[in-house]
Amino acid sequence: MQSSTLLPLIILGGLGLLFSVGLAYASKKFAVQENPRLSQILDVLAGVNCGACGYPGCRAFAEAVVKGETAIDGCTPGGAESTSQIARIMRTETESAEYISMVAVVRCRGGRKEAGELFRYQGLQDCDAAQLVAGGSKACPYGCLGLGTCVQACFFEALSMGDNGLPVVDDKRCTGCGLCVSACPRKIIQLIPRSAQIYLACVSQDKGKAVKTVCSVGCIGCGLCFKPKVSPSGTITMDGNLPTIDYAKNGTDLLVAVHKCPTHTFVDKIVHRPKVSIDSKCDGCGICKEVCPVNAIEGEKGQRHKAIIDKCIGCGICVTKCPLGAISIVGALGYMEER
Amino acid sequence: MGEFLIILVSAILVNNFVLARFLGICPFLGVSKKTDTALGMGMAVTFVMTLASIFTNLIYNQVLIPFHLEYLQIVTFILIIASLVQLVETVLRKTSPALYHALGIYLPLITTNCAILGLALLNIIKNYDLVRSIVFALGAGIGFTLALLIMSGMRERLEFADVPKVLRGVPIALIVAGLLSMAFMGFSGLVKM
Repeated sequence: MQSSTLLPLIILGGLGLLFSVGLAYASKKFAVQENPRLSQILDVLAGVNCGACGYPGCRAFAEAVVKGETAIDGCTPGGAESTSQIARIMRTETESAEYISMVAVVRCRGGRKEAGELFRYQGLQDCDAAQLVAGGSKACPYGCLGLGTCVQACFFEALSMGDNGLPVVDDKRCTGCGLCVSACPRKIIQLIPRSAQIYLACVSQDKGKAVKTVCSVGCIGCGLCFKPKVSPSGTITMDGNLPTIDYAKNGTDLLVAVHKCPTHTFVDKIVHRPKVSIDSKCDGCGICKEVCPVNAIEGEKGQRHKAIIDKCIGCGICVTKCPLGAISIVGALGYMEER
Repeated sequence: MGEFLIILVSAILVNNFVLARFLGICPFLGVSKKTDTALGMGMAVTFVMTLASIFTNLIYNQVLIPFHLEYLQIVTFILIIASLVQLVETVLRKTSPALYHALGIYLPLITTNCAILGLALLNIIKNYDLVRSIVFALGAGIGFTLALLIMSGMRERLEFADVPKVLRGVPIALIVAGLLSMAFMGFSGLVKM
C-alpha cells in the first residue's frame, strides 16, 4: 500500500528533478551573452510595461535604446530620473536638458448638471462606441461623453469617474504618459506642465450662443482673457473661437484670466493662493493701484495704500512694479486635494 | 516501408490533426492570418512533435510501464513537453538565433498546445514503437502545417473578398475552417487502417 503511493511520487518527482537539472545545465551551457547595459537599463526603467514609449513592454524599449534606435527619454513614467540614469548608462548627454514633468487635465467641465443631452444613449459603455451613434449623446459636440474610456486606458489608476460624469485626474498618480490623451475620441485630455496648475477646461470651437445653449460652463470665445490688459506677455492667444495657452511663456496672465473669465472656464487647481500685503514703506505713488488687474488695491494718492484681501488673486504683478519694494506676498499655496 | 507510408499519409490527410481530430484549433485560428507566420508555427510544431514523441515514447516504455504507473501518463507527458520546449528554446537561442527569432513567440506557445499532448497519447493508444511514433509525429506535424498553410492562404484572399459585414473576421474564418474540414473528409476512404 505504501509503495503504491510512494512510487508515483518518487518517479514523477525524480523525472521533474531530472528535467530541472537538465534545464539548469542547458541554461548555463547555452547562456546567451547579452549586452550588460540591457539589464542595467531595465533596472532604471519604471518597469510597469505600460507601453507609453511605443514599444511592447520595458524590455523592448531597453533593447531599442541599447541599439540606439530610439531616444532615451521615452519612459514617461520613469520621468527625469530614468532618463538621466539611462544617459549615465549609455554615456550620452540627455538630449532635453530640462525634463518637464507633465500631468493630464480633462478639458471639459460640462458634467450632467452643466451640459445637456440630445438623447439617451443605451449602448456599449465606451466613448468610442458612443461617438459612433450620431456623434454622441452630448448636446455639445466637443464635450466629454463621460463613459470612461480614458479611465480604462489609464495604466496607473490615476483617472476615475467623478459623480458628475466627468473623469477626475489624481495628480499624484498621473505620470503624464499620455495613454488617456490618445484614448479620448474627442481629444479633450491634454498634458500640461505639472507646475502650470491652470488650464482652460473647454475645447469647444463653437460661437458663444451655440455654446450657451448646450452648456453653462463652456468657453464662449468672448476673448476677455486674450485682451492685452489681461495677457500682456502673449501667453494666451485666440485660435478661432477658443483661447490657447502657450505654457512655455507661463506668465502671471493665466491667473488673471482665471478671474476675468465670465464663464469660469479657466480652472486653477490651486484653490488658495497667497495674497499681497503693503507695508509702511508705501508712499502712495499709486502704481500698484493702476497695474492691479482686479482693482484689489485702494488708497488715496500720497497715502499708504491697502490691499483688499478678498479681491486680491495673488498674481504678484504689483510686487514687481512697486518702486519701493513695499509689497510682499504672504501665505502658502493651498492645493485642491487638501481642501 | 509500406506501413510507414500508410501511417504518414493517414496522419497528413485522412486523420489530419486539425481538420479531422480537432486538435490544436487555437493556433489554427490564431496564427493563420499570414502565410509566413503559419509556416513558422507549422515548422515549430513539427519540430517539437517529433522530439516529444521520441521522449514520451522512451519514458512511457522504459519508466512508466515497468513500474505499472500508466495512469500517470498525462501528467508525465505534460512535464516532458514543457521541459522539452524550454530546452529547445534555450538551445535554439544559442545555436541558431535566426531560427529562434523566426519561431519567436510560437515556440513557448507550443507548450500548452493540445496537439502535442494528443500525439503523445495517440502513440500509446495505437501501440506504436519508437520508429513508428516518429513517423506518426512527422506526419502529424506536416498535416498541421498543411492545414495552417491552406487556411492562411484562404484567409489572405478573404481579406480582399466582399464578405458580408456581420461575417467579417472570426465568423468567416470559422465557416472556412468548417468547409475545409468537410473537404478533408473526402480523404477518409484513402487509407484503411
